[in-house]
Amino acid sequence: MSAPVTTLDQNVKAPPAPAPPAIEVRNIVKRYGTFEAVKGVSFSVANGEIFGLLGPNGAGKSTLIRMMTTLVPITAGNAIVGGYDVAKHPDDVRRMIGVIPQALTSDPDLTVEENLSIYAKLYSVPRAEREKNIADVLEAVDLVKWRGAQVKTLSGGMRRRVEIARGLVHNPRIFFLDEPTTGLDPVSRIAVWEMLDNLRKTRHLTMLLTTHYMEEADKLCDRIAIVDHGNLVALGTPMELKQSVPGANVVEVHFDRETEEWKQRLERLDGVTSVQAESAGFYRVLTSSGSKTTMQLVELAASLGETLTSLSVQNTTLDDVFVHYTGRQLRDETVKPVFTMPPRPGMQP
Amino acid sequence: MNRMFAIIEREMRKFFRSPTLMIMSLMMPMLQLVIMGNAFGGKITGARVAVVDYDHGPEAVKLREAFDSVAANIKTFKTIDYEDEFQAREDVRTGKIDAAVVIPKQYSRRVYSQDAPQVGLVVDNSDQFMSGSIEAEMQLLVSALTNPIIQPRLANSIALEIVELYPYVNYMKFLLPLTIALAMYISVMIGGGMLYIDDKARGVHEGYLVTPITRLELVFGMNIAGSMKAVLAGISLTVIGSLMAGLGVIFHPEALLELFCLMVVTAIAFNGMMFLMMVRVDDPLVPRAMFGILNTLLLYPSGGMYPVAAFPRWLQAISVVDPFTYCVHGFKAVLLKDGGFVAIRYDLLFLFVFGISTLLIATPLFKRTL
Repeated sequence: MSAPVTTLDQNVKAPPAPAPPAIEVRNIVKRYGTFEAVKGVSFSVANGEIFGLLGPNGAGKSTLIRMMTTLVPITAGNAIVGGYDVAKHPDDVRRMIGVIPQALTSDPDLTVEENLSIYAKLYSVPRAEREKNIADVLEAVDLVKWRGAQVKTLSGGMRRRVEIARGLVHNPRIFFLDEPTTGLDPVSRIAVWEMLDNLRKTRHLTMLLTTHYMEEADKLCDRIAIVDHGNLVALGTPMELKQSVPGANVVEVHFDRETEEWKQRLERLDGVTSVQAESAGFYRVLTSSGSKTTMQLVELAASLGETLTSLSVQNTTLDDVFVHYTGRQLRDETVKPVFTMPPRPGMQP
Repeated sequence: MNRMFAIIEREMRKFFRSPTLMIMSLMMPMLQLVIMGNAFGGKITGARVAVVDYDHGPEAVKLREAFDSVAANIKTFKTIDYEDEFQAREDVRTGKIDAAVVIPKQYSRRVYSQDAPQVGLVVDNSDQFMSGSIEAEMQLLVSALTNPIIQPRLANSIALEIVELYPYVNYMKFLLPLTIALAMYISVMIGGGMLYIDDKARGVHEGYLVTPITRLELVFGMNIAGSMKAVLAGISLTVIGSLMAGLGVIFHPEALLELFCLMVVTAIAFNGMMFLMMVRVDDPLVPRAMFGILNTLLLYPSGGMYPVAAFPRWLQAISVVDPFTYCVHGFKAVLLKDGGFVAIRYDLLFLFVFGISTLLIATPLFKRTL
């Protein structure tokens, strides 16, 4: 009888397999008749990540989130949420996720606590846990002293917090928020951002949110996907996206007099990648070095005897990223002529 | 199951938090009962009748004294003397007076000679109720005057002896079954129709749909809650309406049980019907636009106001499938006739089958997605 052979492989622990993503979307398509609202979008969201879908109204963000949350049937492709295929196991997905739709879905006639209790029951949270969960989420959204107030008596910001509490009452792993701060004043908006950031830290939530606020996406999200006309046009961290735009700074300069040569003169300055005439004597200059271009501009104006009425230097924002990738402003599609960035030398169109 | 109860809980809490809604859905049918019960139940009084007397003989005087007696006692009409028949006719036409009696020349003489005496009555038959009442009253007067003062020893005409099975049913009592049905219908229309679509439009349903609740739990939760609200409306109307109309049936436990059963199946039938109609509707204007026409379509063919036998065939066909017909018949059988379960068994059966069938058709039509 031979002794059992122990191989080295059996003793050595295999390296841990990479954790599966919390959300994985592959070539997802949504068609309404002949209209294609989402055109083959793919991305994945890691566990614990805050992922933003950024795009103008009508870009397909809400349709995407609705497909991932089982609200809208998927036409083609597939979405795996929390390890479950949305089309095949919708109930398992629903148990795993918390969803804050764009509309305020809490009942205005019921109190905050009653709303939470009803949703806890809808998620079959056992009676013993229900009270504790409600207390915890009220604490998390800072609404403890408003638990007995009817929702209709609360301010817009507080109602949005009730919605967030409602989405968390069953301790979901993945949290979907469809434009969570739309309609809120700036102070309430910042309060919601801080709250979401805290929730991510304390509850280790994976969050996917849609927004058309650049600042919101920049501040909250680890990664951002820019969606336009149903297509995913860019994906990366806010920093990566900003770096992908040619030119690190934007210089806005206003001359007191408009001449035809200004545009050509500005384009000849070192480091300038693009010049956009905004109005008479007002130019937006994209440059790799804001300080250098500023110096050159001042010298150029002095040598020509021209006066600068204003001059400002800004870093590239997500606004510039959005314009770069879509050729349009985010908030208002029909405004002025678009500010198109030329592609960086050597970049794929 | 718990999830279904959560939906019921939400709906009922919302209902009790909206006293205006609650009062409106109860008060409006009550108001209808009071107004219609009094408007339709009364007798004509104070009608203006012109008397054109071309005879002035003793029999004409007798006739006019009989008119004065009516004016002084039951007050159905009062008389106004006219000289000219044409003027009287014109005034009836223009509505200045309600009718005109013309006593022709030689009337008294023809009465005495038994030569077919006649009195003319001009009425405005565009108002059937008024003209009918005056005609009936005049007919009574004329018959009384025609009858011989000394009755013959042997009556030569056949008399009809009428036996009324139930105590006098005034119009308010008559309308009560219909009013209860109407209150339940309004409760369903508001609670099951309008609020359902409003919740859908406001996104409340979107909140439900992202939870693991099943289609069946959601549909049954909403319909059970709607039925409970309708039963509450029915109970309130039955108690208050019976007291107002002077019906003591609510103090009999057996009748109460029958009424409760009727209310439950009526609520299921109305809710099922409403849910089937609204299951695919998204526009909040639709139930509002439908409210009036649906009311007419269901209420009037029910036989609650006018007998089904008097309807044309097509309207009778609507009446056969109209749940109002069975619910009104059932409430009448219990409230006015104390007919027991035997009298309402087919109503109970129809309403239950109708309610369950409509729900079974509506459930697969209910979309679990947006």
